[in-house]
This record gives sequence, C-alpha cells and structure tokens, in this order.
Amino acid sequence: MRMTGSQIVAEVLLEQGVDTAFGYPGGTALNIYDELYKYSDRIRHVLTADEQGAAHAADGYARSTGKTGVVFSTSGPGATNLVTGLATAFMDSIPVVAITVNVPDFLIGRDAFQEICITGVTMPITKHNYFVNNIDDLEEALREAFKIANSGRKGPVLVDITKDVTAAVKEFVPQPPLELKPLPIIDKEDIIAISKMINAAEKPVAYVGGGVIASKACAALKELIEKADIPVVNTLMAAGVINYDNELNLGMIGMHGSVAANRAVDQADLVIALGARFSDRVALNPEKFARRAKIVQVDIDRSEINKNVIIEKCCVGDIRDFLTKIIPMVDDKKHLEWHERVIGWKSKERIVKSPECKLHPKEIMTVLSDMTDDNTIFVTDVGQHQMWAAQYLKHKRPMKFITSGGLGTMGFGYGAAIGAQMGHPKDRVIHITGDGSFHMNLNEACTAVSNNLPIITVILNNRVLGMVYQWQTIFYGERYSNTCPERKTDFVKVAEGFGAKGFRASNIEEFKEAFNKALGESGPVWIDCEINRDERVIPMIPGGKTVEDMIID
Amino acid sequence: MYKPLKKEIVSVLVLNQANVLTRVVSLFGRRGFNIDSLTVSATNNPELSRITIAFSATEQSMQQIITQTEKLEVVKSIFILDRDNSVYRELLLLKVNATEEQRTAIKEIVDIYRGKIVDLSRDSMIIELTGTSEKLDGFMDVMSDHDIVEVCRTGITGLESNAKPKNI
Repeated sequence: MRMTGSQIVAEVLLEQGVDTAFGYPGGTALNIYDELYKYSDRIRHVLTADEQGAAHAADGYARSTGKTGVVFSTSGPGATNLVTGLATAFMDSIPVVAITVNVPDFLIGRDAFQEICITGVTMPITKHNYFVNNIDDLEEALREAFKIANSGRKGPVLVDITKDVTAAVKEFVPQPPLELKPLPIIDKEDIIAISKMINAAEKPVAYVGGGVIASKACAALKELIEKADIPVVNTLMAAGVINYDNELNLGMIGMHGSVAANRAVDQADLVIALGARFSDRVALNPEKFARRAKIVQVDIDRSEINKNVIIEKCCVGDIRDFLTKIIPMVDDKKHLEWHERVIGWKSKERIVKSPECKLHPKEIMTVLSDMTDDNTIFVTDVGQHQMWAAQYLKHKRPMKFITSGGLGTMGFGYGAAIGAQMGHPKDRVIHITGDGSFHMNLNEACTAVSNNLPIITVILNNRVLGMVYQWQTIFYGERYSNTCPERKTDFVKVAEGFGAKGFRASNIEEFKEAFNKALGESGPVWIDCEINRDERVIPMIPGGKTVEDMIID
Repeated sequence: MYKPLKKEIVSVLVLNQANVLTRVVSLFGRRGFNIDSLTVSATNNPELSRITIAFSATEQSMQQIITQTEKLEVVKSIFILDRDNSVYRELLLLKVNATEEQRTAIKEIVDIYRGKIVDLSRDSMIIELTGTSEKLDGFMDVMSDHDIVEVCRTGITGLESNAKPKNI
C-alpha cells in the first residue's frame, strides 16, 4: 500500500507494539501529528509541558514496563529539549526511541527557522542516530532504531526525519520487528572457572547493578545467592533486585551506601560483579575497591570490563544466561562465619537526626512503604531525597524504583512518574522529590492534571539545595554559596493553581493523614513535607576515599 | 603510578556512510585520546571505508578505546595492526626554497631517500616522498638545513601482511 512518511512512522510503531508515546508538536512535525490524530485509537500520544518532560516520561515508561519508550518532537528547540532526557536514558542504559522532525531537506544547512543538526548534538548521548532525508530510508531506520535500542546493552536511539520525507509517498508493507542482535556466547570455560572461584570463596559478595534488571535476572540471582550463601550489595540502579527483608541483602553500596554493604565488599575475598560498572560513586577509590578480593565481572558490554577497576576474571554475556548456566555448577553451602559477621554489620545501621528534627525522611519513607502495596512504583528526582528514598524505602521488587543514576538529573522525577503511571494505569505511582528538584519540573503538573493521573508527589522540603548544602557544611566551612534561595513558593497553592490538590505536613502524624487523603484522590496530589535543612544523608564516604573514611554521625 | 604509553596504529573498517568519520573521531576525542595521525580511504568493498588511526595510550586505555569503538553501529571491525607484520606508508610533500646552486645538494638527498622532485620553479621545488613515518621524519631532519617553506603529510596508512583479510 502507498503511504506517506508520516503514516509509515505510525505503522512502524504499530509493528513494534507501541501503543503509547510522549511528545510535543511543532511546525515541522505537523504531518506526523496529523497522522497521530488519525491513529489516536491505536497509539495514545501524551502531550507534556515540554519536550524534556516527554523524554523523561518515555524513559520512566521504559524503566517501569521494560518496553521501549517513544518520544516525538519538532525540530530545533523541541529537539534540543530532548537532550537531557536522552542523556539520562543513555547513562542508565534505557531503551528509548526519539523521533524528531527537521526542516525540509532543501533548507538543511541554511540555518533555517528552528533548524538544528540534532544528530550531531546527540551523537555522544545516543547509541546511534539516523538522519533520514530520503523516504526510501525511513522504514529501515525506524526498525533498526528499535533493534539497536533493545540489543545488547540497551539505550536511546534518535531518528531525525526531514519534513519533506514525512509528506513523501512510498509503497509500504508491514513487517515483524527485526530480531535483536544475538547475545554474546558465554564461554563454558569461563563458567567452570568462575564456579570454582565461587566454590573456593569463604567471604563472597555479589555486587549487582542495573544489568540484572535489564536482563530480567532477579529470580536467577536469588537462586544463586541462596544456594551458595552469598550476601548481596546493590547499586542505586539495582534497588529492589533482591527483597529488602532477605537476610542476604546488605543494601546499597557506595558513597551513601550502607555500612554493611561497603564493609562487606572491603572485607570480601571474592566479589562477583553482575551488570554493574564500578562507577566513581561506588568504587570511590578504584585502587582500593574490594582490595582483599578477587573480582569477577559479568557484563553484556565488553567495554565495561576493566574500565574503572582492574578485575581478575570476566565473562561477557547476558546476566540471566550466565546465572542459569552457573547455578548448577555452584556448591550448595554455607559460609557461617562470614554470614554472621556481615549480618552483625547490618544490625549496627543507625539513623542520625538533626537536633531540631520534627519529621525525619526515614519516617516518611517507612510510611510510604508500609501504606502502599508491592506494585507501587516510586520515582525520584535527584539529591538528598533520592538517597533517603534509596536507603529507607523497603524495596521489594525490581523496576519499582525509578531514578536517574548515572546522569543524576534533577527534574527527572515528574516526567518519569507520568511515564510510569501511563505504563501502569492501575498501580500507584509515588513521586518523591525535593524542593530544589521539583522547581525544575513541576510544570509537568499540567500533564498529570490533563490526564487525571493520581500521582502523589511527596516533596521533602528543606528550603535549601540539600545535597550541595550538605557538602558545603562538611567540606566548605558552612559557606552556603547559592544553596539557600529563600524561595517563598507555596506548594499547596501552586498545586491548586495547576488544578491538583496540595497538602502540608510538618510531623509524621500530619504526613500519615495527608498521605491517607492523597490515596483517596483520583488526580494528582502534592504533599509538602517540612524537613530540617540540617538533616544529612548518612552514611557518607567522600569521593576518592574508602570505607575507612566513612562518616556515620 | 606511572603507566607507560604505547604508540599503536589501529585499523577501523567502517560503513561507507555520511558522518561515520565524525562518530569515530569524536569518540576518541571525548574519551580523552589524542590522535597523532588519521587517514580515511575507500576499500575494495564499496560499502566499507578504512580509517587508520595512530595514537598513544596505556595498555588499559587502549583496550578501552578499542572496545568502545567496536560498539559504534557503523564500525564493522577494529584491530591493532601487528607492528612486526604490517606495512605502513605515509606520503610527504615538501616545498623548499632552492636557488640554482642549492638544487644539486637537495637532489642528492632526495635521491638517497628515493624521493621525487615533482615541481620545480626558479627558486623553489616540491619533493614527494613515500615511506614509513620514521623515514619521513629522517628526511625532514636532513632537509631542515635548507629553507623549508611548507610541509604536508598524509598520515599513516597500513595493512597487515598476512594473506587473509582480518575481521571482515
């Protein structure tokens, strides 16, 4: 059948099973948006406040559903507004396909109105991108984009189409999605060698990252650690991979990780890294990271091997594939002494409160965990509240904690929460943010209101840019440069102005009451929680230091 | 800790498309590698081009940039040219001021290096020389006694001498 480029875009999305997309229209994208109007019974397009919100929404949709997030934008400023969102997805290996429309081909290179070379701009923050100025190349580029986004280590792909191509006509025949690139073949020798290392270890630790979620390997991981009695530490990206109340779960490792997790890796004789990349927020001092241990690294991306920390033995492949193959080779055993030591550290975790504390972040996180069910999705912004959420929420399942790890994007949360809610219309989505981050993205409240999304936003409001403020307290002699903005924002009124509901809480009883009311609302609710500005994220290991230098009070 | 730098030459086979060179070179740039020499050329396969890059790196960072380059969708293969088993060539054009009296002396040097004088005017000449980078460096050194006006070098290109093409 003969179709226009715009129809082909819609048809390829249908081929790929896409039923939800996010975006914002504009001059060059008019043909595509005209087609989205006609396809609106099959593809639901969510209009956001700006393209950055749309990109984060596509990302949050992908993180919470495991499907590919799709985002549309027009040329120029629309396309550049996607940049932060694509970079966020890139750093955390999230499959997103961005479709941008550029000026007509005859205007390319002439600094036309709203012309930007977005393929050049996004080259370092996408897995790949396409510039399509010929209708004959369109469908292949789109199909390849989905294939690349989901093959191997996942990530964002951008397809930039000139406006003339969206109107051009071509014969089109629907096709099934392309096969993903084959997974690397795991070497049997590697499995034998690594299983011997595991069986010989007396103090093993599994250090797990987002790769475990991407390869859907959580059940296999649980089987391995329970069979071989291996304590687990997780990166920020892997919160929920193992249930919080599993005895072997030592919590998060790294700068704001638990004492137990950081100690365990420091004292271990074997560290098994699964889909984790030894980032500078985990291996704060790469020379001394797991210094007593042999390190085994399993990753689907060969370039991660020996990138940050030199390891003993590697296996390049899919985590679930690796775990399935190694579990039968691993001895069923107990490391009694090690187990006891590790659990001992776990019991010593403590909470530090500022003297004037009326409402502590841990209390809020506990209420959020206890008053919601296991399907609840928590989405954060970036800063202190993010770390408190990572530390104190009772993470029960994977893909239920959505956060910007690698890029640390303040302003990620609300858009991502909208994406998560669109992907899970029946589940509760809670957006945890700080007053700093929320000022960067609260414009997306209009999207939540228009779509009647019952997202509950919990603002940990300390009236300072808390994480930077904390560093200034500890390392900069309390010189609070530009972290105390003296804003007078009344979040309850702002919420109401957007057509949402707003509550305020200054102690835990008020918070419980407000949260309870929020749970009964059918649209978006904000709860402004007054937190003391001197509340710090503890424990903390300063950058470049080791567990020996951990600040715990 | 001191980590010795190694100079290596890598050969990258890439799809013959627009923007491919940018993708490869910008990757080197943003990962902190300084390219010493770069050539891009067609191959016997019209769908592929070959990029030859000379640069210095520690062994670990060498592995890193190779595996990162490998991940680019446009890269078919990348490998380090085996130093003892490859042929490297570079072409040099050198313009030198030469009066009639100086010509003979310069011609003598050019002959020793088996170069060619490809252009001659009343008071200058252009010399063409092909060879390894070391040979070209040596030639430039000897010529530095003369009044060199301009120099242009193509950068290194190279092939491994084993019979089978690598990784295609």
